[in-house]
Amino acid sequence: MSLDAKIPGGPLADKWDRHRFELKLVNPANKRKFEIIVVGTGLAGSSASASLAELGYNVKTFCIQDSPRRAHSIAAQGGINAAKNYPNDGDSIWRLFYDTVKGGDFRAREANVYRLAQISNTIIDHCVAQGIPFARDYGGLLANRSFGGAQVSRTFYARGQTGQQLLLGAYSALSRQIAEKKIEMYPRREMLDLVIIDGQARGIVARNLISGEIERYAADAVVICTGGYGNVFFLSTNAMASNASATFRIYKKGAYFANPCFTQIHPTCIPVHGTYQAKLTLMSESLRNDGRVWVPKNPEDKISPQQIPESERNYYLEEKYPSFGNLAPRDVASRSAKEQCDMGKGVGETGLAVYLDFADAIKRDGKEEIEKKYGNLFQMYEKITGENPYETPMMIYPAVHYTMGGLWVDYNLMSTIDGLFVLGEANFSDHGANRLGASALMQGLADGYFIIPYTIGGYLAGTNLPELSTEHLAFKEAVSAVESQIKTLLSINGKRTVDDIHRELGLIMWDYCGMSRNNNGLQEARGRVQKLRAEFWENVIVPGSDKDFNQSLERACRVADFLEFGELMIIDALDRQESCGGHFNEAYQTEENEAQRDDENFCHVSAWEYTGADNEPNFHKEPLSFENVELTQRSYK
Amino acid sequence: MNKFISLTLRIWRQKRPNEKGQFETYPAKDISTDISILEMLDVINEQLTLEGKDPIAFDHDCREGICGMCGAVVNGHPHGSEKGTTLCQLHMRHFSDGDTIVIEPWRSRAFPIIKDLAVDRSALDRIIQAGGYISVNTGGAPDANAIPIAQEAADKAMDAAACIGCGACVAACPNASAMLFSGAKISHLALLPQGKPEAAKRAIHMLMAMDALGFGNCSNERECEVQCPKEISIVNIARMNREFLKASFFSSEK
Ligand SMILES: Cc1cc2nc3c(=O)[nH]c(=O)nc-3n(C[C@H](O)[C@H](O)[C@H](O)COP(=O)(O)OP(=O)(O)OC[C@H]3O[C@@H](n4cnc5c(N)ncnc54)[C@H](O)[C@@H]3O)c2cc1C
Ligand code: FES
Repeated sequence: MSLDAKIPGGPLADKWDRHRFELKLVNPANKRKFEIIVVGTGLAGSSASASLAELGYNVKTFCIQDSPRRAHSIAAQGGINAAKNYPNDGDSIWRLFYDTVKGGDFRAREANVYRLAQISNTIIDHCVAQGIPFARDYGGLLANRSFGGAQVSRTFYARGQTGQQLLLGAYSALSRQIAEKKIEMYPRREMLDLVIIDGQARGIVARNLISGEIERYAADAVVICTGGYGNVFFLSTNAMASNASATFRIYKKGAYFANPCFTQIHPTCIPVHGTYQAKLTLMSESLRNDGRVWVPKNPEDKISPQQIPESERNYYLEEKYPSFGNLAPRDVASRSAKEQCDMGKGVGETGLAVYLDFADAIKRDGKEEIEKKYGNLFQMYEKITGENPYETPMMIYPAVHYTMGGLWVDYNLMSTIDGLFVLGEANFSDHGANRLGASALMQGLADGYFIIPYTIGGYLAGTNLPELSTEHLAFKEAVSAVESQIKTLLSINGKRTVDDIHRELGLIMWDYCGMSRNNNGLQEARGRVQKLRAEFWENVIVPGSDKDFNQSLERACRVADFLEFGELMIIDALDRQESCGGHFNEAYQTEENEAQRDDENFCHVSAWEYTGADNEPNFHKEPLSFENVELTQRSYK
Repeated sequence: MNKFISLTLRIWRQKRPNEKGQFETYPAKDISTDISILEMLDVINEQLTLEGKDPIAFDHDCREGICGMCGAVVNGHPHGSEKGTTLCQLHMRHFSDGDTIVIEPWRSRAFPIIKDLAVDRSALDRIIQAGGYISVNTGGAPDANAIPIAQEAADKAMDAAACIGCGACVAACPNASAMLFSGAKISHLALLPQGKPEAAKRAIHMLMAMDALGFGNCSNERECEVQCPKEISIVNIARMNREFLKASFFSSEK
């Protein structure tokens, strides 16, 4: 079966306008009759909740943390893109669109990406009106920087805390609607299942993380904004509570999961230091604007890096990619670092690190200038590693950072289940096989502020939604399924902790389904994940009780899902016999070791349908057609 | 350089909000000085789990000092005594072999304990709900460059907006006041032209909410500023007081 993305007709630039006109409207007075559930309060969830409530809908919003302001979006550092072209350097909606499609290695939908680029400008206007303290030039106008290798300066930023400021803006709008009683906020709740009645998403079942009670909530539509699944790798730059449970359990309820093997590995993270490490810290990509990446030519040299003479250093990115140099895209820079370390050229205690050196930049611009640009990052690095990057080169290594895959959605951001919308990192829609820097914040806010308010209206206005109570059998069934899983987890009483098993899963995924993949390895990994999953259900130990604040139990539920989801990633990676963006299958590379796409056979979205616990998932294809950009081989030489 | 140290931990254990809690002692052996104090608690929790005991509950999420979810009083100091550091960024290299570390939750009337080190800080959300926003609906904003804002004002606003809402200022204050938290938000918005129209109303409503929620008053102890992991300045409290006075004198808003 081919999937219908419901892309409106007409020229690319007019599609969204035309679609907005064609969408049915809900009469203003009727909006208050509709209940909408929003799960997640990151940029996508907070902006969606606030905007829907402003329109008059009744919104119930859920998040895991104690406050909506703490969602993982808060940690984004670098910035948010928009096609404002304030610097007059040649940017345009078309260029942002083109860069995003190309950066995604031609595996995203043209129409969605174009809409994103169009909306990008409105996002900045709105955020400024909310009081977000973006960086400004001396004249008082907004400052821009170039980010992640873009050839134009289109990134807006608030020091190194752009995600924080954008999220606090959306949180303040959310708070205003809570005060107006248009939003009921449910923090410390974890959605554990979706309730579908007569084919429509009509509610959720969530665990109250303080009391342990399993609660039921009904609605006319459900909006999922639960973020990405990077923590399947155990170590990632994602926040500790980031998980795949909401989206994966929805997949098990029938929604299709698209491109799960598309994950992004970020090149500049602080290397792993030991077995007890719980998460990895990103060092903003902006550092590559001035830092030079290198490894010693002779790895036996155990002298300190400053003592290694120029002639003994290999600036491998500059050598391999003379025009982009240290600014090569994320996937390329990450793979190159791995390549060096695999050849035994890595540095540091584990040999899994490369240098990012600011000595030349400091010589050229002075320490003060460098401090002005990167002071807070250098400070953070020193806090974590105990080393001073003004004197000793930083050590960096790639880490899992973002997941492009997600629940399949059409142009309206609706999944294959009626009334179930998916926004932000949780959907698969806009970044293809590789996301450009500063585009996730843009997408989350585009989805939440400016797309869902229209498309959900179209759905609600045109759909018959019978009255409903949480006493409906479907709710009872969902509650008892969740409760019985929790009981089982608590009763196994085995010998391995949840984290111990999660860590092992992460290593399998990192080694075989990470930066570079091959068919044998993926097969091997699939067997290992199955075995580990079996062991989990026999040998995990989850202390405490279900009717309590029980963080081990929370993690156990998430890891149970990761253990199944990891296999789906592997299945998808095995199926995609090409390389593209973040998915690099060693069998498919150009002579220059770049990802070799196979547009003839794989220019599509892979969407997977669940068919039961021990069955292979069904494959569905959404062909991608490129009418406005030409498919080319990415080259960053 | 990576070293290993052994410590004695005295940690507050409390099963439920209204139950009595007490300190328990745990040995922490061979702890790498490269890990953070939260990673050390992870290690202890793994051990407790395998021994069939209840692990220590503590809040955390980003583990990079930005979400504001973590927080506990370490040897008498919220987030420990390292300057400008959250608990998750506090590394064991700042401790010495043989040290005793006392870890307890935020103590404040407005922050009831949920379990062990985890507390309920929803009162901070309620202060924001009382007025910590600019009332603009989505859609219809003018071009972002329509109003120039002097770099200095934008910078000061950003200094105040850097607050992560962790509650350390409340925990540090002898009066359990949330003045630094509220002052930071009021200042952030009052410094920007967009925030001016509602400045009076905002200051009054947020301060009233703060009182109603059981936070104490400010008596200029300055502990909040010292302990703030984001080094938010008490200048923001002065600015809030000015906004409040202006509002009470000149505005019809009560
Ligand atoms: C360190 C770091 C830096 C980054 N920097 C940038 C950058 O500079 N620019 C950029 O564009 N992008 C950046 N990104 C990516 C970007 O931050 C994320 O993709 C984006 O913030 C995701 O937003 P979201 O709203 O989709 O989800 P999230 O912010 O992840 O929010 C998820 C929400 O869902 C809730 N949730 C999850 N599961 C459940 C459940 N089962 N029940 C209830 N609630 C649930 C959580 O509590 C949370 O509120 C960065 C990412 C990282 C890790
Ligand atoms: S865990 Fe986020 S600030 Fe410490």
